[in-house]
Amino acid sequence: MSSETQAGIKTVGGAAAAMRSGPDTSTGGGSLTMVWALAQRELAALFYLPIAYVVGAIFLGVTGWFFMNETLVPGQEASLRALMERMAGLLVFALPLLTMRSLADDYANGTIETLMTAPVTDAAVVVGKFLGAMLFYLVLLAATLLHVVLMASHAAPVGTVVLVGYLGMILLGGLFIAVGIFASSCTRHQLLAAILAIIILAIFTFLVDAGAEYAGYAWLRNVCAYVNIFWHFADFTKGIIDSRSVIFLGSGIIFFLFLATKVMESRRWR
Amino acid sequence: MITVKQLTKTYGAHKAVDNVSFSVQKGDIVGFLGPNGAGKSTTLRVLTCYHPATSGTATVAGYDVLTQSMEVRRRIGYLPESNPLYPEMRVREYLDFRGKLRGMSRGDRAAAISRVTEACWLGEFIQRPIGQLSKGMKQRVGLADALLHDPQVLILDEPTIGLDPNQIRKTRQLIGDLAKRHTIILSSHILPEVEAICERLIIIAGGKIRASGSIGEVRNRIVGASRLIAEIRGPVQQVQDGVRKIAGVKSVDVHAADGWNRLHIGSDEGRDVREEIAALAARSNWGLRELRLEVGSLEEFFTQITAKAAGAEAAE
Repeated sequence: MSSETQAGIKTVGGAAAAMRSGPDTSTGGGSLTMVWALAQRELAALFYLPIAYVVGAIFLGVTGWFFMNETLVPGQEASLRALMERMAGLLVFALPLLTMRSLADDYANGTIETLMTAPVTDAAVVVGKFLGAMLFYLVLLAATLLHVVLMASHAAPVGTVVLVGYLGMILLGGLFIAVGIFASSCTRHQLLAAILAIIILAIFTFLVDAGAEYAGYAWLRNVCAYVNIFWHFADFTKGIIDSRSVIFLGSGIIFFLFLATKVMESRRWR
Repeated sequence: MITVKQLTKTYGAHKAVDNVSFSVQKGDIVGFLGPNGAGKSTTLRVLTCYHPATSGTATVAGYDVLTQSMEVRRRIGYLPESNPLYPEMRVREYLDFRGKLRGMSRGDRAAAISRVTEACWLGEFIQRPIGQLSKGMKQRVGLADALLHDPQVLILDEPTIGLDPNQIRKTRQLIGDLAKRHTIILSSHILPEVEAICERLIIIAGGKIRASGSIGEVRNRIVGASRLIAEIRGPVQQVQDGVRKIAGVKSVDVHAADGWNRLHIGSDEGRDVREEIAALAARSNWGLRELRLEVGSLEEFFTQITAKAAGAEAAE
């Protein structure tokens, strides 16, 4: 009923104002091929850029150091829990450096114009960029499987716990990348995008971590604990799949990708 | 094919495009001429769905740029002014990527890429990274991208900017060839370019349309505003009166020197009275040693119009 009325207004009105406020009714522009093409290009661009290698090398190097000095020592439990928590802390800084160029670079060198005038929706562009960065992150993450192999040769980690841990890593990385892409949609300056993403992530990890412990009010401690990304992530490292945490991380990804799309749309009007 | 009605686009308090209306017929090749900052790119960006207008409407191939933007985007090939490309991609890779974004199948893409590489003389460069190409070559890559899906409408924003004379000549030739298949809007701040390629002309300055029509029509307007110069030997008063009586003559200025009268004759628009003047001189047995029409060039007209617009802006 309501949609009928709207359609009526649109055709009867005919006035510029009614036409202009009408939504874009043309369809298409978001097919899987298009999103996949965008993701592939994004991934190829990351492999082309030195920054991705530097970030990847540092991430893997530091992770390896933690593994050798903290995890792979006599008397430790055969679990990747402590290592994954270290990795999560590292990713707060590493992933914004990977995603900072994602949209900011298109704004800076003008390719945003060819993207936004191609028959592709803004949402498809954002999702394509997200998937591209995600694929690069998965490659990085796959490299850390070496630690699992090494550990298995010395002890017997529980397979499902490792698996669930990696599911947590994927969701956590996804959320960090979504925040990074949102930050990248806000500016044409890559460094600003990285800083903005790190600030947002640091607030929802380190700051609220401290807040949950030291805040003066009980309700504030509760809020801090609830919005703490690390707190939701911790379940996974223990081998627990808590639906609340899955929903928290998953909806966080969708929320920030949605924000990035809205920022892109709003920048058209400027 | 393209209809623009009362289009206005403001950036903050600045009106980049002010109440512009025009239309382009199918198969036309239209030059959008104006100085830098006249509002050319802003208008083209509304047509290509890059940014929405503040008010007014625009349709391309019958689809509204705001409410049916995907349909419009599918039918447009666009070369932006800065010709942005991804430097790390190879030419073929880039064109393939652009083809995928337009939803073309693998077979269509392969056929389209070989078609546009031939049309844009990209053959030997197809495997080169775009970042290594010269400015002129990059421009051809941008054009090839715009042509990839064989669009009904081509929108080319300053297609020859930054090219050397040889590349400019080749690019113009290429655009001329494209005119057979596509409706083209081309923007430029160089008048001879538009004269060389386009059939119709829209002159824009200060965000407003100052003149439009076929190249011939715009020329006629200038001819109308032009004047005749004649040098006739005879009695001053009689010469002046005789010329003034000729139908269509509006004003006569006479400067007499050494027995010759130099006449500056203004006439009605589009009216050429040279023959009558020659006949009058012959009839009256006066000497006639010069008779010519001083046609203002399009260049002059363009400079005049744009200077006027700049003056008006400065006065505001």
